[in-house]
Amino acid sequence: MTVESTAARSMARRSGTGGKSATKKSASAPREAGGTTGTTAATAKRSKSAGAASPAKTENSGKPAKAAKSTRTSKTAQPAKTAKASKAAKAAKPAKTAKAAKSTASAKTTRTARTTRTTKAAPAVDGSAGTELVQLLTPEGERVEHPDYAIDLSDEELRGLYRDMVLTRRFDSEATSLQRQGELGLWASLLGQEAAQIGSGRALRDDDYVFPTYREHGVAWCRGVDPTKLLGMFRGVNNGGWDPTSNNFHLYTIVIGSQALHATGYAMGVTFDGADSAVIAYFGDGASSQGDVAEAFTFSAVYNAPVVFFCQNNQWAISEPAERQSRVPLYQRAAGFGFPGVRVDGNDVLACLAVTRAAVERARSGQGPMLIEAFTYRMGAHTTSDDPTRYRRDEERAEWEAKDPIARLRTYLEKDGLADDAFFASVEEESEAMGKHVREAIRTMPDPDTMAIFENVYADGHALVDEERAQFAEYLASFADPDEPAHSAASAGEGR
Amino acid sequence: MAAATSTASASAASGTPDVRKMPIAKALNEALRSSMENDPKVLVMGEDVGKLGGVFRITDGLQKDFGEQRVIDTPLAESGIVGSAIGLALRGYRPVVEIQFDGFVFPAYDQIVTQLAKMHARALGKIKLPVVIRIPYAGGIGAVEHHSESPEALFAHVAGLKCVSPSNASDAYWMMRQAVESDDPVIFFEPKRRYWDKGEVDVTAIPAPLHAARVVRQGGDCTLAAYGPMVKTCLEAASAAEEEGRSLEVVDLRSMSPIDFDTLQKSVERTGRLVVVHEAPVFLGTGSEVAARITERCFYHLEAPVLRVGGFHAPYPPARLEDEYLPGLDRVLDAVDRALAY
Ligand SMILES: Cc1ncc(C[n+]2csc(CCOP(=O)(O)OP(=O)(O)O)c2C)c(N)n1
Ligand SMILES: [Mg+2]
Repeated sequence: MTVESTAARSMARRSGTGGKSATKKSASAPREAGGTTGTTAATAKRSKSAGAASPAKTENSGKPAKAAKSTRTSKTAQPAKTAKASKAAKAAKPAKTAKAAKSTASAKTTRTARTTRTTKAAPAVDGSAGTELVQLLTPEGERVEHPDYAIDLSDEELRGLYRDMVLTRRFDSEATSLQRQGELGLWASLLGQEAAQIGSGRALRDDDYVFPTYREHGVAWCRGVDPTKLLGMFRGVNNGGWDPTSNNFHLYTIVIGSQALHATGYAMGVTFDGADSAVIAYFGDGASSQGDVAEAFTFSAVYNAPVVFFCQNNQWAISEPAERQSRVPLYQRAAGFGFPGVRVDGNDVLACLAVTRAAVERARSGQGPMLIEAFTYRMGAHTTSDDPTRYRRDEERAEWEAKDPIARLRTYLEKDGLADDAFFASVEEESEAMGKHVREAIRTMPDPDTMAIFENVYADGHALVDEERAQFAEYLASFADPDEPAHSAASAGEGR
Repeated sequence: MAAATSTASASAASGTPDVRKMPIAKALNEALRSSMENDPKVLVMGEDVGKLGGVFRITDGLQKDFGEQRVIDTPLAESGIVGSAIGLALRGYRPVVEIQFDGFVFPAYDQIVTQLAKMHARALGKIKLPVVIRIPYAGGIGAVEHHSESPEALFAHVAGLKCVSPSNASDAYWMMRQAVESDDPVIFFEPKRRYWDKGEVDVTAIPAPLHAARVVRQGGDCTLAAYGPMVKTCLEAASAAEEEGRSLEVVDLRSMSPIDFDTLQKSVERTGRLVVVHEAPVFLGTGSEVAARITERCFYHLEAPVLRVGGFHAPYPPARLEDEYLPGLDRVLDAVDRALAY
């Protein structure tokens, strides 16, 4: 048997027509609803069973539909509006606030230490009663003072925080619906955690560095990352999607807890460089159990690293309640490692901002790490694949609904006449534009090129990758229509 | 090592067969249930295995029926899960550990490789480590990063561990039962994209030995060897090849450590050609070992070099590329074409 004859046969087998474009289509077709043209029965069957094995609820939603070819050609246009909006949000960080935070920094440090001392004796093991919760804005929208954490924001700054939270929530709910529509494979909603993320995110300087989990969409927003860039990994077109160095916002980390150590090492480097940047690591209540997180606490303490550990205790790690992770309130863990810990009302954006500012200033001024436990609630499912009705009560969610972070700030703004109808209307308008921007971006998001599999595996190249790339290109080319120019074969030999 | 020829072969021997059709996921669930009923020392532990029943629902309903002491929701720490499972085993329990996804086993890798695998030898055989580590593995479900990996070679490489992967519901049931009964640590790789594939399970059958390979389709032109999710792919390839007048034999290895080379050798001696298929990267993968051993055993029977089809030396790609990354029927048949062209 000759090689040519076998190649011809396999070509026919794959696409039915032997055409390269048909081959492409057959690979993507099973993901499109009903679009099985050119697909062999076997291929169709394969993808059907694949879709069925998605974890839990995704069972019948299957994979996201691939973007139609026509939309793929039109490049992702970024509407000027949102880009401008996010820039404006950044500019809204006035010099005054930074100065204010700095001037109170030293006082804050000692106070923080005191907080730790007093709370250490707290007997509570249930995670709430008897522990001090830093709060500056009550769920009813009442502005209250806290002896250790003061904040003085301009009306404009207050409105800015509101706007940040509304737009973040809008982006998030848009992403959730896109997942329902099959545009995303998965989405991890931050619903309910807007205050924790915006409050902490707005406490940072541009030169500070952020290590997020996979749910920090609000922090990304504060860093100026185009929200639509967050969608790529959830759509399955990339494993990151943004340049971590351009906004000092690291890639999302899915493996629980790892990034706490990366943040610590980065912070050690900041100290070695004699710089005064701060580093912040986000993680969840579940993550607090990981060895990596405990090791990060140890390292940061030993090296007095300028890192803030920001734990969003949203009460759940998928189906496991926070009590499954700890017998003491999480913030109290810090004491054993030799640095302060504080619990803040995670649904109070003012408190989150004030406490994170204090922690960041502490880090900057050489006083080492601090743990912030933002006490909040995961209002939605763990991800779109999850079904929380299997493990938690509806009433619990209702209780937290009454503590909504956005509603309480709105009440405060309205009651104290800090924002007028025109402001709320303009935020609403922006929110609509955000929704539109996200929908358009997802529909025009290009699929990766097949040969991208072999890209960036190594910085200095690797002979085996080159060999496999060439072989695979040749293999793909064997399906090509002989009348058309070969696809990737031409680039197959290129070193990388 | 004895090879089984068919799933139902032995059922008659044990009287009235009780055959039920169920998906792989359910078969695993049933196997865990039977194991727990038969031996009060069997425990199930892991993240979200209790009320939720695991993210794939493999442990569905077990906590309700066996209680929180036997079906244990653990803190979120894989090293802790495996490390404490070792301790429980030392105390006489038989823990069945769930790792939520393939990519999350690595925090536990140290415990598995340096402790679990070696403790029996260090204790000069005085202690046993009957721990099963279940890992839903491999790709094909359109998931995000770290949810689609095939790390079996990283475990099969370690002496002291046994590694298996069922491809169908009957094997899922029986291999899980046998893994739990094994006095050695078993890493149990579950082909997650096949969880909902249905098959007949005879719970009264006498099963094939845990580490025996099985000829699942007979043919004369070339042997395909696979395990877990790729067995179905190879069977589909064999059907497609049949339409072209080619007869392919498919061997389900079922176990990656130990490997039943005797069964495979007999097959290759008949066909003269072998293509090994797995999702895991080919470089230093299971297929490399199979190729080397079969070449040693069958040198004068081979008409072509043993070929491998599998993943590339690159990270598992984003979901939209996985159809092209994963070995499908075309890539398998392409290798068959090449083998037959020698
Ligand atoms: C090492 C590791 N183990 C398991 C998982 C699966 N997993 C993803 S999210 C999650 C729960 C995380 O809970 P938490 O840290 O509280 O963060 P949250 O999701 O609530 O924001 C688990 C177990 C994982 N991603 N990484
Ligand atoms: Mg949580």
